[in-house]
Amino acid sequence: MATTTTTVPGASPAAGSRSFLSKLRDGDEIARVITLLFAASVVLITLMLVLQLWHGSALARHKFGFNFFRTSVWDPVNDEYGALPFIYGTVVTAIVGLALAVPLGIGAAIFLAELAPQKVSDMLEFFIDLLAAVPSVIYGLLGVFIVIPLMRNYVQPGLKAAFGFLPLFQGPAFGVGFLTAGVVLAIMVIPYIISVSREVLLSVPRDQREAALALGSTRWESTWKVVVPFARTGIMGSIFLALARALGETMAVTMVIGNTPTISASLFSPGYSIAAVIANEFSEATGDLYVQSLIELGLVLFLLTFILNGLARLLIVVTAQRGSGMGHV
Amino acid sequence: MKRIAGMLLVAFVLTGIVWAEDALLINGAGATFPNPIYQKWFDEFGQKNGKAKINYTPIGSGAGIKQITEGTVDFGASDGPMSDEQLKAYQDKHGSAVLHFPTVLGAAVPTYNIPGVTASLNFTPEALAGIFLGRITKWNDPAIASANKGVQLPANDIVVVHRSDGSGTTYIWTDFLSKVSEDWKSKVGKNTSINWPVGLGAKGNDGVTGQIKTTPNSIGYVELIYAATQNIPYGAVKNSSGKFVKADLASVSAAAAGAVKEMPDDFRVSITNAPGAAAYPISSFTWLLIPQKFSDASKRDAMKGFLKWAITDGQNEVEQLSYAKLPKAVVAKEIKAIDQIQ
Repeated sequence: MATTTTTVPGASPAAGSRSFLSKLRDGDEIARVITLLFAASVVLITLMLVLQLWHGSALARHKFGFNFFRTSVWDPVNDEYGALPFIYGTVVTAIVGLALAVPLGIGAAIFLAELAPQKVSDMLEFFIDLLAAVPSVIYGLLGVFIVIPLMRNYVQPGLKAAFGFLPLFQGPAFGVGFLTAGVVLAIMVIPYIISVSREVLLSVPRDQREAALALGSTRWESTWKVVVPFARTGIMGSIFLALARALGETMAVTMVIGNTPTISASLFSPGYSIAAVIANEFSEATGDLYVQSLIELGLVLFLLTFILNGLARLLIVVTAQRGSGMGHV
Repeated sequence: MKRIAGMLLVAFVLTGIVWAEDALLINGAGATFPNPIYQKWFDEFGQKNGKAKINYTPIGSGAGIKQITEGTVDFGASDGPMSDEQLKAYQDKHGSAVLHFPTVLGAAVPTYNIPGVTASLNFTPEALAGIFLGRITKWNDPAIASANKGVQLPANDIVVVHRSDGSGTTYIWTDFLSKVSEDWKSKVGKNTSINWPVGLGAKGNDGVTGQIKTTPNSIGYVELIYAATQNIPYGAVKNSSGKFVKADLASVSAAAAGAVKEMPDDFRVSITNAPGAAAYPISSFTWLLIPQKFSDASKRDAMKGFLKWAITDGQNEVEQLSYAKLPKAVVAKEIKAIDQIQ
């Protein structure tokens, strides 16, 4: 894209200017330049964001260096800051959220796209879009008043009784913690997964289904072996969207996670996430190092999103190759 | 028709210019805790004193200190006094000082939810420090039970709830704990956010209250105003005279009165654990941060006028909003200090 723009005004000035002007008269070039500028603004904003975070955290980066990622003390009184518990909390809640939301969301999307009558599908789609538009603070309230008591009184004791031998389900059941935050995140991202996956599944060409059915496969076989693999990239896209939302979610998470910077194998333990600590502490942060450490946390979140998205994309590439390989067999 | 429209437009523009020249806009930012009374004061003062319009944005004490130091606002506001380093930073940048003026008083109160206990509990400073340090872990611990004879306390684990967002309430609470417990002072300290030894964090007074209401056997702290307006039960705390005092407007003002004798000339004083039999020990001033030198004389006069009014006539309105009044001795001292503003 960048190379094409440089050739436009950069052509030989005498002859080029006339043709450039005549091109301008058509309006195509103008539209092209303007839309290109709009597209470039995305890159520009991202760059400015990183630059700002980088500059804003200079003091903290020099003081703590790589230890910022390794230490787990967050002590504004003594000006000691370590990001590890926040990174851990962000990643764990996102994983728990996606682990719950992905099977549910894709299952629901398959039903809506392949099995449900058109009317039911459209009506449910309306509700799903509605859910996707609910502000996150409302999900937080849902978490505080419904999910937390449910977790404390029923789910956590139940899990403890059944799987208490696993380190994942040990310790006191406060109701708040990684698991609860994961559940609330799952509720929040399911509409995204369903909505996007349903659209993708609906756009799979009819021929694909009919060919599978003609070869004697059952309805389920045609769905699971033909339609879903065909739509796999789009479904993965919906999962990225969900992952991005889960990593960056602030309000709903801070209301249910317990806001305690701990690293614990137990999902019952209260934790903290990067976005939540920034939102909680930034406005009252005094002292340069404190503020800069919070900004560095922002940089870490940016990196984390970048890395996880990269890994997820890698996963797509790998599975796509394997998929096509199997297709040849 | 066109001419009429044009004339109207000119008239509008002119009135706009005249109005803009006439109105004096003063901007302030800072603490959220006194925001309700500040908004009321600025509104009333603006109506009385037609020319000056004061805007106040509640962005938090820390941000208020930052903004006044940067010089982006005309005045700041904070629930905790500025530190010596912060004062020095201001002095270095502006070449003049910034002054503290106490405006109203607030307090933090312990609130709890123990199933089966309806009586109002008494807390000694040792018990509160022990609970928040994680050393006292059961409700029937002798340190709590000895101050609450006749109350049947369960043998359940205590769940501590604290503020997760940086807050002036946390500052007051930890300032008190630092004064009454050497261990707290050396291991934890005081600030708007701290590294909590135990407990769950919840956002805002409403978050802490919600967490306590839904968690059996929990304890936390909230602002007195919030507890009073939302009818949340809270406990009494033993003061420096050995009396258990429940926070109310009178006992908070009494804490300020008790601290008057030791009040430094710059008003930067903590009144937690203040002397006086009636004083509630977890009380604090909230301050306006006013530059000593104004470059704009009309802004300076408006600000001085506002301050004088707020600490005298303005005080009659604070109790409706559940803030405690300034004691008379503090008001007298402040009126003298207003003359320092140039």
